[in-house]
Amino acid sequence: MQITSPAFKENARQALADPQLQKAMLHVRSGFIDKRQHAVDALPEFEALRESARAIKDHTLAHLDIYLEAYEEKVRAAGGHVHWAETAADARRIILDICRAAGARTVTKGKSMITEEIGLNEFLEKEGIRPVETDLGEYIIQLRGEHPSHIIAPAVHLTKDQVEADFRRVHDHLPPARDLSEPESLLGEARRVLRSQYFQADVGITGANFLVAETGSSVIVTNEGNGDLTQILPKVHVVVASIEKIVPTLEDMSQILRVLARSATGQDMSVYTTLSTGPRRPGDPDGPEEYHVVLLDNGRSAMLGTEFQDMLRCIRCGACMNHCPVYHAVGGHAYGWVYPGPMGAVLTPSLMGVDKAGHLPNASTFCGRCEAVCPMKIPLPKMMRHWREREFSRGLNPAVQRYGLGAWAFFARRPRLYRVLTSLAVPALALLGGRRGRFRHLPLARGWTKHRDFPAPERRTFMQQWREREVWKQEARV
Amino acid sequence: MKPLDTRAPKPPRVGLFVTCLVDLFRPTVGFASVKLLEEAGCEVDVPMAQTCCGQPAYNSGDRADTIAIAKNTIEAFEEYDYVVAPSGSCAGMLKKHYPGLFAGEGMWEARAKALAEKTYELVSFLVDVMGVSAVKAAHDGTVTYHDSCSGLRELGIAEQPRRLLASVSGLKLVEMHDADVCCGFGGTFCVKYPDISNKIVEEKTANIAASGADTLLAGDLGCLMNMAGKLQRQGSAVKVRHVAEVLAGMDDGPAIGRGKD
Repeated sequence: MQITSPAFKENARQALADPQLQKAMLHVRSGFIDKRQHAVDALPEFEALRESARAIKDHTLAHLDIYLEAYEEKVRAAGGHVHWAETAADARRIILDICRAAGARTVTKGKSMITEEIGLNEFLEKEGIRPVETDLGEYIIQLRGEHPSHIIAPAVHLTKDQVEADFRRVHDHLPPARDLSEPESLLGEARRVLRSQYFQADVGITGANFLVAETGSSVIVTNEGNGDLTQILPKVHVVVASIEKIVPTLEDMSQILRVLARSATGQDMSVYTTLSTGPRRPGDPDGPEEYHVVLLDNGRSAMLGTEFQDMLRCIRCGACMNHCPVYHAVGGHAYGWVYPGPMGAVLTPSLMGVDKAGHLPNASTFCGRCEAVCPMKIPLPKMMRHWREREFSRGLNPAVQRYGLGAWAFFARRPRLYRVLTSLAVPALALLGGRRGRFRHLPLARGWTKHRDFPAPERRTFMQQWREREVWKQEARV
Repeated sequence: MKPLDTRAPKPPRVGLFVTCLVDLFRPTVGFASVKLLEEAGCEVDVPMAQTCCGQPAYNSGDRADTIAIAKNTIEAFEEYDYVVAPSGSCAGMLKKHYPGLFAGEGMWEARAKALAEKTYELVSFLVDVMGVSAVKAAHDGTVTYHDSCSGLRELGIAEQPRRLLASVSGLKLVEMHDADVCCGFGGTFCVKYPDISNKIVEEKTANIAASGADTLLAGDLGCLMNMAGKLQRQGSAVKVRHVAEVLAGMDDGPAIGRGKD
């Protein structure tokens, strides 16, 4: 996918002016936040579970090589294949080879952000293989030729009316007079259309929420059941997962599952939690003949041992974006690549470079709500600040900002000079503010006064007045 | 054997970290802070060597200037029993972020940690440290309180200002929807991304208006100037003040961004 993060400001401007998007984004606020809070309030041990989940991931990341190799061994023992992919291009080539070997013309896909990250759909289409997204949200955006705007609710930027219009446009074999006024009718129609696709598919591709080293299992959590059909019905199942999805044991997986759905959708558990271990065994009622796991690095191992390692604890619940005022304002597409919101603001520069994604960690008020709700306690604002530090030390931020900051810091580091300057400037500004006490326009603060008035200083600085008060006190004593 | 000390215990010496915004734009908040601290039994001093806590540099990725400013602050304030700031954001900077600036640097790290331990935001200091449960102030009207992000999420300030406001005679506190959601200020964020900041503050002023309050209070001047500026641009009659002004009974002058008219 083409990265448009360098154009974040322009993307945001368009998003703010898009009435459909703004209407759709209201659902993020009303839909996710209260539900999560209810689920958390109903579980007294939620805080303890967060701590435990964090400890599991920290331990795993500290011994990632050991657990990955143990996992590989178990997958092979169960009759599956493990493919190591250092880059997105490696992963695409491996998946294409598997599809070619299976003679695939159609592949069904469960919801997977990793396949978005490696741009799999566009690639397969170019190679003459038709990918069919089976998650409702993913299916909708595939019809529209779009990318997900949210990591668990890919079509959250759309209204129901837009989806209805898309279905009428694409499903033109169905009666035009049919009733699609309810979300349930849209869901029903998508299910009927997709049902036949599962049987046509030669390969089913899913992501993974977890890879379990103890058993060699891949785990997906879904609400629609589409993931199960995707991985059971075709001859070949391909799991595409990044290396940090590994957990040591089934018990560890269960611990993290307890915070995952609650943080994501406010459910105690997702409707389906499905474990796959190898291909169909003799006597199994169903399952694929071949089972492949593509383990993707794509820049993650380079994050180990750096100030960005904590980001690899992320379990992709989406709570950070659900609670982010900036995400609420502009939606996910403005971020310009696969991962939006606070987690994207940390991960995108790690994977694509801060020179391209520098706006993302800057476009945060540091309100801290993301960190407060993150089930894995990832210090997202702190890591965004680390990106700003890298950017600053490489001289990547705009010159106006650097000079402004430099001038300010020059005085802030010199208290006496600062006192002299402010005791001259502040009364002058107060005088200019006049009887109104505020400015509608200020030449050096246009970013502010474009949308708001600027309050004028009261009179003189506190320090000027305080010094006088102290002098009077001294004189009164004498 | 030491003679028995029958004198009253010495009052705690508080160094007031005025904050740059209060110093420059709203000295009333500084004097209100001094009054509240003195009424609570503190001896207040204002070291002249202070400027700013360094957040503009820190949040812009400029670590060298941040460290220089932090050293200056530490030197100016380490002699006091407590450091108190009428701002959750600046107090949070001293308390939660200074030590990390000097990680592994021995002496300076120890000094930063010592300063962090005795630094508090004003209202939480009054309630949690000085045990203040009521103030002697009156305010006739309905107010709503915005929880500024750093104070709320870094320092856990939520209940303390509401408790003290409940003791102000004549004051009625109404809660707005999403009082704990960011106002869109974010320091330099509001001028780097003015359109996004505007969208966020519009949500906030809509919630303020819907609360029916005639006055908006908060504990951070940056947020207050942002919300006041937006309310005034929208032609709102809601007055905006720092919570310390009301608690100290110093709310008879013009509200933020309001002149003498």
